[in-house]
Amino acid sequence: MMSQLNNFTKGLLKENPLLVLVLGTCPALAVTTSAMNGLGMGLATTFVLLMSNIFISLLKNVIADNIRIPAYIVVIATFVTVVDLMMKAYIPDLHAQLGLFIPLIVVNCIVLGRAEAFASKNNVFSSAVDGLGMGFGFTLALVVLGSIREILGSLSIFGWKFAAGDGALLFVLAPGAFICLGFLMALTNKLVKKNK
Amino acid sequence: MAKLKSTLPNMVIVLGLIAAVTSLLLAYVYTITKEPIEQAKLQKLNAAIGEVVPGLNNFKEYKVAQLAEDGSVIDSLTFYDVYKNDEIIGTAVQSYDKGGFNGLIKVLVGFDNTGEIIKSLPLEQAETPGLGDKLERSKSNFAAQFDGMNPSETNIKVKNDGGQIDAITAATISSRAYCRAIQLAYDSYTTNKQTNEEGGNDEPIE
Repeated sequence: MMSQLNNFTKGLLKENPLLVLVLGTCPALAVTTSAMNGLGMGLATTFVLLMSNIFISLLKNVIADNIRIPAYIVVIATFVTVVDLMMKAYIPDLHAQLGLFIPLIVVNCIVLGRAEAFASKNNVFSSAVDGLGMGFGFTLALVVLGSIREILGSLSIFGWKFAAGDGALLFVLAPGAFICLGFLMALTNKLVKKNK
Repeated sequence: MAKLKSTLPNMVIVLGLIAAVTSLLLAYVYTITKEPIEQAKLQKLNAAIGEVVPGLNNFKEYKVAQLAEDGSVIDSLTFYDVYKNDEIIGTAVQSYDKGGFNGLIKVLVGFDNTGEIIKSLPLEQAETPGLGDKLERSKSNFAAQFDGMNPSETNIKVKNDGGQIDAITAATISSRAYCRAIQLAYDSYTTNKQTNEEGGNDEPIE
């Protein structure tokens, strides 16, 4: 049981997909203009990670080696489309905000990376735990990044405005995303080194 | 179970089966979400029309063609005649401009029967979050400038271009696009009104 807990928590900090493995930076930089967007994107990715890890782990003996990548992509793309349709139907407002980036989860390296590196070699339960851990790690990183950018750029948090005015526009735009991500990575690396 | 060997028949069967099963799943999800998606869209449109022309009971939708000077059809805008107890209380016009910072901006403009703007709001926009997305009424007072405006007496352009509209700080391109969309809606609205008064044949499409 201890190892499963370890398996889950490694995604949060030690092997955080965004801040340590540096995967999936495209959606991370693009959608984190607010904390809410980061949360929505993170949870959508978590769902895809969890489902694709479970199914790829179930199918790992049936999928012949030479076709594993197309097979994984088909499975992943299916769940991404499911998320896309569900969000469109039940949370249209958030879907309008995230727009293009939901379908792009298909090519998010985190999802394929976990399928290839973990789910194809481990049992269903460990793969599900790994998917959840990685997903929450990604969500956490996106929410932190989104919060920092929203606080500095728009003077609000989760859409709640705490001060009048415009804030530093730099943080709303792409350069601010890179700057914040850089500092967060440095901080995470320091924390991880200390824990070793 | 041992891992399947990568022989041609194995690969074809496995990939084929995976594709077939996932297609079935997708077809199922598509059917169950189809209705909610359409409803969500309709609800959004209804709410938007109700906002720009308050007092909505019912509305009639029809298209009005945009004619070029030589009479050829360029495009068409969607009009919504808004009824309250079988009486027209205004018209909502769905206008657009392709010159936003991130392309297309769709704007819904509500006119009362005299041609004054009641209210307008962006229906769809993909402007930069934090800058151009201040077109949204919840994020700045930009769109409120047009409320109660009589477009025939107003120069709908941003102040930089010699008009009377305060542009959003650092989002002049988005502001200009919004102004053009409003102007287009008004031009189309007045032309349509004139043709109707001259006994035009623009019968509303149910």
